[in-house]
Amino acid sequence: MSTNSSTVAGGTEFSLQRSSPRYGERAIKVLLVACAALSVATTIGIIWALFVPAFQFFQTVPITDFLFGTQWSPLFADPEFGVLPLVSGTLVITGIACLVALPVGLLTAMYLSEYAADKTRRVLKPILEILAGIPTVIFGFFALEFVTQVLLQNIWPNTEVFNALSAGLVMGVMIIPTIASLSEDAMSAVPRGLREGAYALGSSKRQVTLKVVVPAALSGIVAAFVLGVSRAIGETMIVAVAAGLQPNLSLNVFEGMQTMTSFIAAAGSGDQPTGSIGYQTIFAVGALLFVMTLLMNLFSIRMVRKYREVYE
Amino acid sequence: MTTNEDATVGAQFGRAAASEKVDEAVMELRNVHVFYGDYEAVREVNMPIASREITAFIGPSGCGKTTLLRSFNRMNDLIPGARVAGEVLYHGVDIYSSDVDPIEVRRRIGMVFQKPNPFPKSIYDNIAYGPRVLGEKKANLDEIVERSLVRAALWEEVKDKLDTSGMALSGGQQQRLCIARCIAVNPDVILMDEPCASLDPIATAKIEDLMHELAAEYTIVIVTHNMQQAARVSDRTAFFTADVDAKGVRHGRLVEFGPTQDIFMSPKDSRTEGYISGRFG
Amino acid sequence: MSAVFTPIGEQVKQDLQDTGPPLQDRSFRWVLFGALSVGIITLAALLIFVFLEGYPRLTPTLWQNMPSIRFPEKAGAQSAIMGSIWVIVTTAVICLPVGIMAAIYLEEYADPTKRFNKLIEINIQNLAAVPSIVYGILGLGVIARALALGQTVITAALTLSLLVLPVVIISSREAIRAVPQSIRAGSLALGATQWQTISRQVMPAAVPGIATGAILALSRAIGEAAPLLLLGAVTFITFNPDGLMSSYTVMPIQIYNWISQSREEFQVLAAALCIILLGILLVMNAFAIYLRNRFQRRW
Repeated sequence: MSTNSSTVAGGTEFSLQRSSPRYGERAIKVLLVACAALSVATTIGIIWALFVPAFQFFQTVPITDFLFGTQWSPLFADPEFGVLPLVSGTLVITGIACLVALPVGLLTAMYLSEYAADKTRRVLKPILEILAGIPTVIFGFFALEFVTQVLLQNIWPNTEVFNALSAGLVMGVMIIPTIASLSEDAMSAVPRGLREGAYALGSSKRQVTLKVVVPAALSGIVAAFVLGVSRAIGETMIVAVAAGLQPNLSLNVFEGMQTMTSFIAAAGSGDQPTGSIGYQTIFAVGALLFVMTLLMNLFSIRMVRKYREVYE
Repeated sequence: MTTNEDATVGAQFGRAAASEKVDEAVMELRNVHVFYGDYEAVREVNMPIASREITAFIGPSGCGKTTLLRSFNRMNDLIPGARVAGEVLYHGVDIYSSDVDPIEVRRRIGMVFQKPNPFPKSIYDNIAYGPRVLGEKKANLDEIVERSLVRAALWEEVKDKLDTSGMALSGGQQQRLCIARCIAVNPDVILMDEPCASLDPIATAKIEDLMHELAAEYTIVIVTHNMQQAARVSDRTAFFTADVDAKGVRHGRLVEFGPTQDIFMSPKDSRTEGYISGRFG
Repeated sequence: MSAVFTPIGEQVKQDLQDTGPPLQDRSFRWVLFGALSVGIITLAALLIFVFLEGYPRLTPTLWQNMPSIRFPEKAGAQSAIMGSIWVIVTTAVICLPVGIMAAIYLEEYADPTKRFNKLIEINIQNLAAVPSIVYGILGLGVIARALALGQTVITAALTLSLLVLPVVIISSREAIRAVPQSIRAGSLALGATQWQTISRQVMPAAVPGIATGAILALSRAIGEAAPLLLLGAVTFITFNPDGLMSSYTVMPIQIYNWISQSREEFQVLAAALCIILLGILLVMNAFAIYLRNRFQRRW
């Protein structure tokens, strides 16, 4: 009799040891861990897929030429590998998108969190969700066919067919839901007590919103902004359709511009032979894009944690 | 003590006076301490749990009654950082020893919670769930369900609607459903963590009647905030309180344990007397 | 007899009078409302524009015929519609089980204080925000070329699975977390094992929430074009896929191809296909919202 077998008062023997080894129970856990670990494998895969060819690329092209060169024509007979035109195209279009989306998204969040009645919110949030769910290629189509050809070219006749402005404006609308819903989460997390304290001092709703809620939710709002910018930088289809494929180091928003993403899309849809310099450029630009968005995402995740720690 | 007084106080007790000494114990705590991380929530408890009796834990909030109760069937394992020192013996076996399986422990030592927590399933499935996970044959389930509901005094109320959701019942019925669910796996000990805390007086009375009946077959340990309830239902009572140590940290501690009538009528410790007579708590 | 109040003076009486919110507050409300309408008006304009532009070509030829570059009047999108179905069904089969199981691990088993689990946590949050074209590069470099699966339905589905996996995981976790702890305690106290508790109590209660999240994740995958540009979907395809190793194209890519054509008829075709794509998304979203409202349980 083991130490863990004993006799109940009635006389029947019992054991508190495992009645079966429950291998199934353990196998399931291993399977579940493997599924969760797949996400880490994905990141490793991304890094490996990007950086191995990118590293080969930088053995041919000095990294300083890549980062600071102002000419981008990698697929020409006489190639130039200065990525600045792509970066500037990306930043100009992202900048336009931010001019639209940051104020609109933040104000929308204020309305949803502080002003809207429950009923209104129940109607408005699905609308924002639908906006967030529109495929970006359709946004691109809308930017090219409507915003450029119906609106912009009628207002400013010398607008090019492919231009940064329409892509940026539409991209701004695309990221409104991201910014609005994350900012609203942050504002809703602000405790009632803070608001009530301010109301008790005779503040109006506007004062409470602007002077109490927004400052208290600031880190969450910053996180929303940064995540929105990160999404804009990484967006491909709108720019590929509406902003053109011409690398253009310029601030003229009525001209076409190529971004990092639309270069990758254009170069990647052609059939580049593995190992060619053309193939490797895709990865070099991809690596740069990944690093830029990674830094923003990590910053944003940090900021979200910050407000959660304070209020939850 | 006058006869008159004796009669009024005596009326509050629901059970025959228990013997001074525990003759036959199902469980025994030896030098039990419960920790959450570094915080010692319960300090040095020694006591037996008598077989087929009702043992009540009373004491002010935050004195560790529930925490201690949850260490009886290793429900504390589910709280990250919770740890038990000392021995919790069940028929002489320490349930915290390394080769004991908590799942086997919980099959023998069942629990009813403070807030009724029926599963979001039919009444039938609520009861059948436990036997099913223990591998009971399908053919026996109908009988087990009926027998458990009858013993939990719920059968008459629900026999025509066994396929409706358990969550559609009233609070008191839900709690009796949870008791029936617990009985269905035929445990040895039933732990009850303030089972009437969320119920009205009528539902409470039904549960208390039920406990008296169940005590014939099961050993019951009940945590309660309500002293009258402890007096009404229990054979033995353990009074806990919280000590504040030199650093200002509160630790739960067993002050006095004995037959319920002794604890209420002639407490040995002044703290027990103060609590019983309503001077603090 | 009524009480007599201490006189308070005319000034206080005036102050207490409700004159409506001051101008600043009223105009602020309008500013907020204006901001809100930017998104709504654009959405309405987009839907109306696409519908008006594409309606003339919303005819059975659109789903009965194959794409054609020379004859826009006879061109259809059947290969793209069938390709989307193939890719999405395969994606669902791959990413839903994996995502849901990962969510179960993170919610039910993982100790959040352990470093490995913290790493997974941050990692998933980051992956949710990695640009979709980067997943295309992953698909191109690893799945299509290193694993030599080529530019096929399975490559597309694997890539899209990885892309939407974070969405599936995050939404499934929320659904699992919403199942109250008392249900788990009740089950464990009866002597059920952890997996019995999860599979028989927690998961059934979490299904509606998980299904809602899964549909939203798949509706993202069905509209996704960027990563597939790198994975062969742009090739001119005039046949339906016949297996996982088949070449394919999908609706968003077909739209992109038609937009890139210069003739006006192709723009109309693109708009018509946009209507079909939006229609499918609308149905999926409506179903998700229905599930959420119908089965949402208040604990």
